[in-house]
Amino acid sequence: MRWGVLQFPGSCDERDAVNACERTSAEARLVWHEERDLDGIDAVVVPGGFSYGDYLRAGAIARFSPAMEAVSEFAAAGGPVLGICNGFQVLCEAGLLPGALLLNESLRFTCRQLDLIEESSVELTTPEGGKVDTRLSIPAKHGEGRYYAPDGMLDELEERGQVAYRYAPGQNPNGSARDIAGVRNERGNVVGLMPHPEHAVDPLTGSTDGLRVFEAVAAAGVAA
Amino acid sequence: MSVEVAKHRELGLTDSEFELIVEKLGREPNDVELAMFSLLWSEHCAYKHSRKLLRQLPTEGERVVMGPGENAGAVDVGNGYAIAFKVESHNHPSAVEPFQGAATGVGGILRDVFAIGARPIAILDSLRFGELDSVRSRHLLDGAVRGIGHYGNSIGVPNVGGEIYFESPYEHNCLVNAMCLGLAKTEEMVRAAAAGVGNAVVLMGASTGRDGIGGASVLASAELGEGDDAKRPTVQIGDPFEESKVLECCLELLEKGLLVSLQDLGAAGLTSSAGEMASAGGVGIDLDVAKVPLREADMEPFEIMVSESQERMLAVVEPAKVAEVIAVCEKWQTGSAEIGVVTDSGQIRILRESEVVGEMPVEALVDGCPLYDLEPAAPEGWIYGNRTSLREDAGSEETLLALLASPSIASKRWAFEQYDSVVGSRTVRRPESADAAVLQIPEAQGAAIAVSIDGNGRRVACDPHAGTIEAVLECTQNLACVGAEPLGLTNCLNFGNPEKPAPAWQLDQAVRGLAEACEQLGVPVVGGNVSLYNEGPEGPIYPTPVVGMVGELPDPAVTCGSSFTREREAIALLGPFEPSLAGSELAKLRGELDSGLPRSDITSVASACATVRDAVRAGKLSSAHDISDGGLACALAESAIASGIGCRVDLQPLRERGCSPEEALFGEGAGGFLLSGDRETLTALGAILIGETGGSTIELAAGDRSFTVGVGTAESAWLSLGARL
Repeated sequence: MRWGVLQFPGSCDERDAVNACERTSAEARLVWHEERDLDGIDAVVVPGGFSYGDYLRAGAIARFSPAMEAVSEFAAAGGPVLGICNGFQVLCEAGLLPGALLLNESLRFTCRQLDLIEESSVELTTPEGGKVDTRLSIPAKHGEGRYYAPDGMLDELEERGQVAYRYAPGQNPNGSARDIAGVRNERGNVVGLMPHPEHAVDPLTGSTDGLRVFEAVAAAGVAA
Repeated sequence: MSVEVAKHRELGLTDSEFELIVEKLGREPNDVELAMFSLLWSEHCAYKHSRKLLRQLPTEGERVVMGPGENAGAVDVGNGYAIAFKVESHNHPSAVEPFQGAATGVGGILRDVFAIGARPIAILDSLRFGELDSVRSRHLLDGAVRGIGHYGNSIGVPNVGGEIYFESPYEHNCLVNAMCLGLAKTEEMVRAAAAGVGNAVVLMGASTGRDGIGGASVLASAELGEGDDAKRPTVQIGDPFEESKVLECCLELLEKGLLVSLQDLGAAGLTSSAGEMASAGGVGIDLDVAKVPLREADMEPFEIMVSESQERMLAVVEPAKVAEVIAVCEKWQTGSAEIGVVTDSGQIRILRESEVVGEMPVEALVDGCPLYDLEPAAPEGWIYGNRTSLREDAGSEETLLALLASPSIASKRWAFEQYDSVVGSRTVRRPESADAAVLQIPEAQGAAIAVSIDGNGRRVACDPHAGTIEAVLECTQNLACVGAEPLGLTNCLNFGNPEKPAPAWQLDQAVRGLAEACEQLGVPVVGGNVSLYNEGPEGPIYPTPVVGMVGELPDPAVTCGSSFTREREAIALLGPFEPSLAGSELAKLRGELDSGLPRSDITSVASACATVRDAVRAGKLSSAHDISDGGLACALAESAIASGIGCRVDLQPLRERGCSPEEALFGEGAGGFLLSGDRETLTALGAILIGETGGSTIELAAGDRSFTVGVGTAESAWLSLGARL
């Protein structure tokens, strides 16, 4: 398994993402924004940060980069793609994911460890018959993370199981519609979320729950 | 002559300084030269009122890799790695335009750190504002916090700690001090000295505009007063995206060995960076202003030379490597231009194409400024006002809640949640989870470092010598609480007008205290910054030496937080803590501030720090917290609030040291540690048992001042800051 982590001018969390991929026992390398070649790469991370300074609108410039053209083709072929924070914004701007990310309701950047609920189309149970704990402790840090889509579209996303992650009740940090923290595309191979799973891969820095996000996306691509 | 006199005075030079320049040049300076001299001879660049004092500070130590005089200091952390760090002020720009002032303060300190080849890994900040009930203070606080967040978050360097105090002497002159730490391979670090006659001088990064012109002289070295809005054009505008590209570009250039030396452009722009590089290398430099990429076409040579446009770096490059340097800059989509050459003339020559528009000996420009002796005189008593916000007969519970809600003590969550504290995957202890931030450094031998920044100006105002010693001790205690041993210290000396006797005395006393504490603790000062002329219409700010200290610990997995962790554990007091109400937060709330502070015993505090540090490293403690603002009662409340676990404590042992019930509860002073853990372990450490954790209330027995308060009630008071903004 080999991940490619895009690197734009202004990316911030790309090295952390490489580190996280490696902690899932995969290989990882940085992919410069001018590269069009994803040969040998099995899964892609579009990382967090402020690509091109987030000038104009978060993610609006990065979507036109050569590397993103390659990622669009990669996703169309069923390859797994994970967009984190700015990467989520880029994927929405590129039309690979539905909806948009608006300024936080507080109008302020917010950095906070919080709980996410992993949404699944099937109810997972433990061998004893109990509910599987799908809570993940992961930090969120962004100023433009309020997930928005028209009501009709939100209904459709829910029906099709495209809501991937929700903020735990009472922990929505930005006013996102229906507490949505992350969504997937219809095929399920492209996933984006605002919180940062790459910053939850080391018990020393807070939590290892983020590893599940990387593993889930890698698996989603294989199935597509 | 009369016209010239007006001009040099306008630029902040005295008549005798102007005459000295004429003598050194053998003629009157032209406008370009006068502008350059006025900046490099300003307090901000020449340290003319502080340099003599600073010679007292101990700067040497086994672990020092780079000391004062470089862009940042650095200490060895083993395995061939060093931690670079520095703190710097951006007070006056922030008082005029807080968002950009604070943002560019962060930008500047980041550049200082990557200029020596270190990748920035953490930011801390130390802020001071007037009281929260002032609209101006709330505006400055909001702008500064947003500015710091904007720049640091955008560039991907975590903000891991800091402090904010609210005191009326900062009403007109807020303080914004930013500290940055970077990690470097020791052998790849680069100095700022220009070298190699014939080598090219390359300007990298943003283009040069009219922003920040005269910032160093007009803004940074004069008192603020009426009409500050007119100074707004001299505040620089930051672009963190440009900085992020320049940062990555410079680190790549250094890794590839393409640069001879590197220097950031800060105050006084090209003038100071070229001058200082030439001076440090004992060479001359020719610069052609016609080759500088400009934002506005019609800029005058003097404007180009003094512009403080942000996100620019100056490098010396061997001629054969210039093309490769420019290619790396192009890869990172940042500007680069060969604008000059290193010469053996000992002169800074400014050309516009072939015309010489300025020529000055480097020695005169950079090192020729006269250094002044201070004329200190201790003021008569307390020169700052008093105002009462808590009635004298308030009960203990009401007093504790008032202290916890006091903006200087209350949780700063509102502020630090606006900063990314996790990017970089190194942050083991985030803000408010421990007394110092802990960062893992797997590259280094020690595997982890800790860092703290402190400086309670009010206590320094009460006694500049004793108060400054306390600031250093508090940093040392904070590091001990997470198991770290100090490696080095940086400082930012924020004071009033040094030409006036009282601020001069405060500065003199504070530097003596700093030197004494560092000497006795064996902690070298590896760098620093001085910010003088911090005054408003009502007089000087509280004298505020801000101390930033970096330490190391052997294992990031074995550290300690400040919050209680388990019910029914013993609570104990350790260290030579003799609390008094002098200079305390309670004395402030009661309007009873006066000059004078008890002296700290540096040696016994150091020995208590060693005990705590060793116990933390051995994993023996459940929590460790330095007793600081608001005294033992506030320290207990903070440990309880963070865990949701209450406590029952009897302060009799402090009463036996001669403290009144009130002093035992709310008195302040250096040397006290609040620990929790196993009863026998704590006793074996020599700590005095004072109580037990558990329940949902904080129950304090202190003679006739005994009381009980719910942890939830205390928490509401402590978390009230955000709601009041």
